[in-house]
Amino acid sequence: MTARPSPAAAPPAAPPEPTAWEPQAEAPRLRQWSRDLAMGTKFAFTGGREGWVRVLLTGVGVGLGVALLLLTTAIPSAMQARSDRENARTDMQFGTTEPAKSDKTALVANVDTEFHGLDVRGRQLEPEGIRAPLPPGVQKFPAPGEMVVSPALKSLLESKDSRLLRERLPYRVTGTIGESGLIGSAELAYYAGAQGLAKYKDDVSGVTRIDTFQGEPQPSEELDPVLLLLVLTVFVVLLMPVGVFIAAAVRFGGERRDRRLAALRLVGADGRMTRRIAAGEALSGALVGLVFGTGFFLIGRQAAGSAELFDISVFPSYLNPTPVLAVLIAVAVPAAAVAVTLLALRGVVIEPLGVVRTARPARRRLWWRLLLPLGGLGLLAPMIGKGNDNGDFNEYMVTSGVILLLVGITALLPWIVEAVVARLNSGSVSWQLAVRRLQLSSGTAARMVNGIAVAVAGAIALQMLFAGVQSDYTKSTGQDLSRAEIQMSVPHTVSVDDARQKLVDTRGVLDAVVLSDSTLGVRGKDPDTSVMLTVGSCAALREAAKLPSCREGDAFAVQGVEYDEATPELAEPGRKLFVDPSYEGDDQGAEVPWTVPRDVKKAEPRKDPSGWERGGFLITPSALPAAAASAADAQIYLKLDLTVPDVRDLVRNTAAEIDPLTNPTTYTSSERSERFDSIRTGLFAGAACVLALIGASLLVSQLEQLRERKKLLSALVAFGTRRRTLSLSVLWQTAIPVALGLVLASVVGLTLGVVLLKMTDTAVAVDWPSVLAMTGIGAAVVLVVTALSVPPLLRLMRPDGLRTE
Amino acid sequence: MSIGHTLLGLLESGPRHGYDLKRAFDEKFGHDRPLHYGQVYSTMSRLLKNGLVEVDGIESGEGPERKRYAITEAGVTDVQRWLATPEKPEPYLQSVLYTKVVLALLTHRDASDILDTQRSEHLRMMRILTDRKRKGDLADQLICDHALFHLEADLRWLELTAARLGKLAEAVTR
Amino acid sequence: MTPAGSLLVAHDLRKAYGPTHALDGAEFSIHPGEVVAVMGPSGSGKSTLLHCLAGIVTPDSGSITYNGHEMATMNDSRRSALRRSEFGFVFQFGQLVPELTCVENVALPLRLNGTSRKEAERTALSWMERLEVDDLSGKRPGEVSGGQGQRVAVARSLVTSPRVLFADEPTGALDSLNGERVMELLTDAARSANAAVVLVTHETRVAAYSDREIVVRDGKSRDMERVV
Repeated sequence: MTARPSPAAAPPAAPPEPTAWEPQAEAPRLRQWSRDLAMGTKFAFTGGREGWVRVLLTGVGVGLGVALLLLTTAIPSAMQARSDRENARTDMQFGTTEPAKSDKTALVANVDTEFHGLDVRGRQLEPEGIRAPLPPGVQKFPAPGEMVVSPALKSLLESKDSRLLRERLPYRVTGTIGESGLIGSAELAYYAGAQGLAKYKDDVSGVTRIDTFQGEPQPSEELDPVLLLLVLTVFVVLLMPVGVFIAAAVRFGGERRDRRLAALRLVGADGRMTRRIAAGEALSGALVGLVFGTGFFLIGRQAAGSAELFDISVFPSYLNPTPVLAVLIAVAVPAAAVAVTLLALRGVVIEPLGVVRTARPARRRLWWRLLLPLGGLGLLAPMIGKGNDNGDFNEYMVTSGVILLLVGITALLPWIVEAVVARLNSGSVSWQLAVRRLQLSSGTAARMVNGIAVAVAGAIALQMLFAGVQSDYTKSTGQDLSRAEIQMSVPHTVSVDDARQKLVDTRGVLDAVVLSDSTLGVRGKDPDTSVMLTVGSCAALREAAKLPSCREGDAFAVQGVEYDEATPELAEPGRKLFVDPSYEGDDQGAEVPWTVPRDVKKAEPRKDPSGWERGGFLITPSALPAAAASAADAQIYLKLDLTVPDVRDLVRNTAAEIDPLTNPTTYTSSERSERFDSIRTGLFAGAACVLALIGASLLVSQLEQLRERKKLLSALVAFGTRRRTLSLSVLWQTAIPVALGLVLASVVGLTLGVVLLKMTDTAVAVDWPSVLAMTGIGAAVVLVVTALSVPPLLRLMRPDGLRTE
Repeated sequence: MSIGHTLLGLLESGPRHGYDLKRAFDEKFGHDRPLHYGQVYSTMSRLLKNGLVEVDGIESGEGPERKRYAITEAGVTDVQRWLATPEKPEPYLQSVLYTKVVLALLTHRDASDILDTQRSEHLRMMRILTDRKRKGDLADQLICDHALFHLEADLRWLELTAARLGKLAEAVTR
Repeated sequence: MTPAGSLLVAHDLRKAYGPTHALDGAEFSIHPGEVVAVMGPSGSGKSTLLHCLAGIVTPDSGSITYNGHEMATMNDSRRSALRRSEFGFVFQFGQLVPELTCVENVALPLRLNGTSRKEAERTALSWMERLEVDDLSGKRPGEVSGGQGQRVAVARSLVTSPRVLFADEPTGALDSLNGERVMELLTDAARSANAAVVLVTHETRVAAYSDREIVVRDGKSRDMERVV
């Protein structure tokens, strides 16, 4: 300062004009931010064809993930909706006393049936007064001979090959059941009008009197802890790879973006600006993904209305994502996209003249990577052995333990790939090319494989758990299919012999055996000792015991049944016993006296066709007092000729003809918990979807990488490199990290499986076939990806790549 | 540069008076050094003597006698030979080369041939220099490099000219 | 019509990319041990001529004979085998495989021919010595300068002792000093191995390392030696 103006004369100091290169003041920072983000968005959409393809890929990738997430959040509410509907049409009241007959009551008979293996829910309705309750979805009671049906049943009845079902349900259809009376769009159900159900009241268990269809508000059914563990693990196992996939999807086209950012640096953007611009790009990709995802979800939801999965169908309106979770997804996905992008840019310095990866990335350290899976094991360890006592798993500990173990894979894999690949050496040219490339960028390779590894590890663990727990949840029914395929009871209103005859006359029935059961007490009222009484022809009785000889009029005492100590005691000739004794507080029994005959014979036990070893007395019909005949509960066992088409439906039709309330039961050799089954099927479907998703992202990044190397590939072809060599090197390049990933996945998966089995207190056994199957599927994904990337590779290897002019 | 060949070349497009020849020469090639009349007459008489031109007619009247010259068959051949013969590569060739290119265009010959031929000649020289450079010591290398760079500059100019031949043709034949 | 003793001869080559005629009746011939510069302005078809001669691109019409064999009758794998064993290549930007070390890059063509790794790398190292880059053997291409990388590329092109070396603007990305050094080493090495060199360039100082030049203009070639 040379001239010092006097304070008085000095004009008020004007604020200096801000120059362009001076740092801006605080205020415009927000504007600066939004401008950078907007610029990123612009880049995302205006990159020409290439740009659009990238946005589309990201959108579809993220969208599929989002749709899967939304579906997941909608499942609980769908299940709740189903159980609410089910509860609103309950006609079996447990633990409540039956209402007395009034004008507010109705009689309901359960006439469920099966057709071609499909379950049909059937009810007969008989209002007992004008104020009788109507089931939900039904406008008015169908008159006898009429019925209202669900839309699915209606179309089934109208279809060509359902003649047998039409014969079985010979009622006139007068209406359809509304959505409020059904639990799913594909449910088969009908309500038929009936008359005189009261006569079955004390005879057939499926007939009840009710004054409302609204069931007691049920405490939400507690899932078996082991099942809960399974469900939690399935969700974690399926959603983790989706997360990994979304993370990969937002990085599609990353290299090209880096170069664009470098160009921006050249024209004056600073480092932070480029990061914000990159964030803007990722953000818009994720937002497009959210829109796509919502679209996919809505389409899927509509499709779900017409689909039936694991015998469960839902109405689209059931699939409503829990609002909180939906908002969480809408916020978390874009946030994760930005976070992943910024994280990926962390190791990258974008210089005006190009992208510099931090020269030598710090050697990957092992210790903190090991902490994750070890921490997961630590969380799971305290719960070992809890499965069978009270089975109280802490959901949070289970979930985070499993997540930590699986995340541990994504942390360990890069280290392992780096460590192993650094030691790989000599080999063919293709091998050398692949290995060297992996050595230079093992991180990228590992990232690509992470998703597959997590999915496979989870699936292996679950398979083990399933295989281990399977025996607990699969009960052998003990039913002997070589002796009978169908068992049915007959109401007392029809003659057993007539019924048997009709059944034997039915096409495909080889034999029908009738065994009638009752009890024998030492007194007529409240006997302190009672044994089984079985009535049947000699042929029939031979199905229930080993008889030395048998003639009509004989009686036998079964000896040697473990739980039955009373029979040998009571089997002294001349002892007076009572058929169908009465018990305090129960209905009046027949109390018909019967004397043990002098020539009572001894019989050895044998399992009957239903798998039951019965004790007590066996007598032929003529040895039974006539008065006692009605007190016996007749069961008919049918042996079928399975080569006759639809033989089971033919039998069901005859049964319905005999009396609609007969209830034929089809025998199976074993019966699994249905819920367990659907979890297992769900896992398979989910794992397939997830692996397909990951395969798609692998393919995209593979192609991107190849395109980057177009010139080099052409040069390699110029000096005579065989196409086979290059294709093989592409294969190795994917196969090496995937193989390592699969090995790690197997180790972690087996560990997790062992821990989970120990938690459920099940014997540890490795299910090798499923380990092989899962790793095989993982390997198949690699092969498919390589196979799909070979044609573009061959195209890229054409000499056009050398043309520069 | 050869004034004789240039004047011959100018005559190839049609008979002219000596005065016209001077004007055409000055206009196209003589921007900074116009020709003297004497130079034109002495050159023309030499060409006449060698049979490369002939007198097409004489206009008498006031002032100097005005002869109209026309090119002979031998003259055309001579121009052709001159154009086809590359110049000895040396610095500051441009004016000769420029003259040749313009004349070629004026006489509807292929100018790029001249350039290719000249490049070939330059390359021959450059090969010799490059060879000497490779065998010589540092001083040789520096001297050779100097010459090489100058020759290269000529050739670059040639390339550029070749690339602009179309425009040049428009300009000179207008 | 074929100049006697020629190693590689092309006659009346035509090749169009869409509507543009990259080659429109080009001629070419080269003798063993000869260095021929292919010159011409950008887009004149120089590179296409080189690609055709090397059997990378198949011309639309015309004939190319190498050592008396017509290339058009060879299938792709035979042409590839020819390139592997008889030809060598140098490109403008080296086109070294970035993941491989320099010595591995140089050894690559030998290994493609089935030479054992050890043997290939020993030969590679001796070529690198001749091109004065043997000290770079363990480095990756990203860690060496442009001139060094190009010399590695020259070593790679010569390692199979090819009979024809194709060089497409080998000094295009280098400064004059590095460019001249590369040319000196390249032509010395090629001459001592009696390899013919097809040198595509637009720089006359580079072309000055040749024995003769042909000019390609608008897809037509001109052999300057036969014109004069």
